[in-house]
Amino acid sequence: MKIVVLVKHVPEATAAWGYAEDFTLDRANVEGRLSELDEYAVEQATVLAEKGLPATITYLTMGPAKAVDGLRKALAMGGDDAVHVQDSSLHGSDALTTSLVLAKAIERIGFDLVLCGMASTDADMSVVPAMVAERLGVPQLTFAANLTVAGSAVTVLREADGETQTVVATLPAVVSVTDQTSEARYPSFKAIMAGKRKPVATWSLADLGVAPGAAGAGAAATAVRGAARRPARQAGTVVVDKGEGAAALADFLVAQKLL
Amino acid sequence: MAEVLVLAEQTDGAVRKASLELLTLARRLGEPAALVCGPADDATVRVLGTYGATKVYAVEGAELDDYLVLPKVDALVAVVRQSAPAAVLVTSGPEGKEIAARAAVRLDSGIITDAVDVTPADGGPLATQSVFSGAFSAQSQVVRGTPIIAVRPNAVAAQPAPEQPAVVPVMVAFSDAALGARITRRTARTSSGRPDLADARVVVAGGRGMGSAEAFQLVERLADALGGAVGASRAATDLEWCGRGYQIGQTGQTVAPTLYIANGISGAIQHRAGMQGSRVIVAVNKDPKAPIFSVSDFGLVGDVHTVLPALIEEIGKRKSGAGTPAGSGEAP
Repeated sequence: MKIVVLVKHVPEATAAWGYAEDFTLDRANVEGRLSELDEYAVEQATVLAEKGLPATITYLTMGPAKAVDGLRKALAMGGDDAVHVQDSSLHGSDALTTSLVLAKAIERIGFDLVLCGMASTDADMSVVPAMVAERLGVPQLTFAANLTVAGSAVTVLREADGETQTVVATLPAVVSVTDQTSEARYPSFKAIMAGKRKPVATWSLADLGVAPGAAGAGAAATAVRGAARRPARQAGTVVVDKGEGAAALADFLVAQKLL
Repeated sequence: MAEVLVLAEQTDGAVRKASLELLTLARRLGEPAALVCGPADDATVRVLGTYGATKVYAVEGAELDDYLVLPKVDALVAVVRQSAPAAVLVTSGPEGKEIAARAAVRLDSGIITDAVDVTPADGGPLATQSVFSGAFSAQSQVVRGTPIIAVRPNAVAAQPAPEQPAVVPVMVAFSDAALGARITRRTARTSSGRPDLADARVVVAGGRGMGSAEAFQLVERLADALGGAVGASRAATDLEWCGRGYQIGQTGQTVAPTLYIANGISGAIQHRAGMQGSRVIVAVNKDPKAPIFSVSDFGLVGDVHTVLPALIEEIGKRKSGAGTPAGSGEAP
């Protein structure tokens, strides 16, 4: 069985994020990391292999040069090898293009199961797993809190609005996982060193048969027209409760016409 | 005027408040039409009409409920191809975004998610998004295909604008591929009788600082006193003081109610990401240095175990004195 895990290298949550002049997220001037939500997908792939599923695990990312750090972190947690799709023509790509490029790479790698996080922690759109599934022509089982594979069937438990669902599909399929699946492991020094030795292939758009004009800002189906820093939420009144705190809070709610 | 298609969602047979908000937005952009995936009974058609729908497309089939997402994608794409709307509006939530995402690929159309406002503009609807955990506001447009915009609940207040909608049944032959992910079991979570977290105008949340499952009930009582929904930090759900569905934050729900009260929640960045869009934020925490106080409009440094019961009492006093509370009775 071939498992492909999609990962993204994103800015650190605590770093100061901003826009570059072309309204893309400025990735160059911030520290990056493997997206926290993708770690759960990485972990699940390793857990499946440890449970005895005979599978090869390939991590896949699309991004500038630094994105390889995300792959190395994943390889320290498990897996066999990785692919980094890197091409200057990708700069400014939207979700439609990202899903197109990832789908072509997944097809080139070969797959039975594609695992991803539930969303990226930078764009936070949660659309790429569904788009990749559409392009690959396979079902998607998303927001999985629990995942099992038996033979060619994959079963997930997902928390939907108001109910818990059990969903079943026959592989090949795309599954996205939430943080309800098991905690991501913290790799040992030995695992980190082993990860550094695992092979990482770098592919360009030409390797995938994607024309440069079909990617990047020029091919995007959406455009950012403007962006402005929002005034930071200022800390408002802070009152120390000395017995009258609840009354003061209730007064505040009345004054705000919330009560 | 061009049609604007709203994907209407239903919970327990009733049209979701967030879908009515989409109709209000659709009226800014053209003639609102609603797509109902499921039986469009009289009550459904009536409420959609009350909020402005001039047309209701109805697609039926057991597949819509039995299979995950894909039959609804087939339905949406079929109606878009048939009616050529100027834009498609869906609610920005797990299901809405996935349906929209796959439709965007099939229609080769741009998609914008998590919009907090949509206004008409040259070149198409202009969507406003709050990005980078609320640090920036961005305005975007779709430049290829039929604009598909996923809008956050509570972006606007739903406004009645009564119409008598024409009901248009649409026959959709679901593809084999649509039947790929089958829902084999459903366990409904017991209804709490409170508003849904995603749509609620008031959210009262509890975190680790509540201290115990029993004390967490104070959060529920305060929510009831205000007619609000209950929410929780990740820590509280990890401790199983309430179900996962209540979790607010980066990996839980994102909410933007009119009033958010954080009790015993320190306010780590992953939690703030899920609620920083709230109009008014109130925090109660015994730690004066808790990060939540840097984003609250009113912060109370105190013990939640004494503050919450006192607050519930104060609310009771003010309500009986002041008449109908402002937070109740808007959309049905």
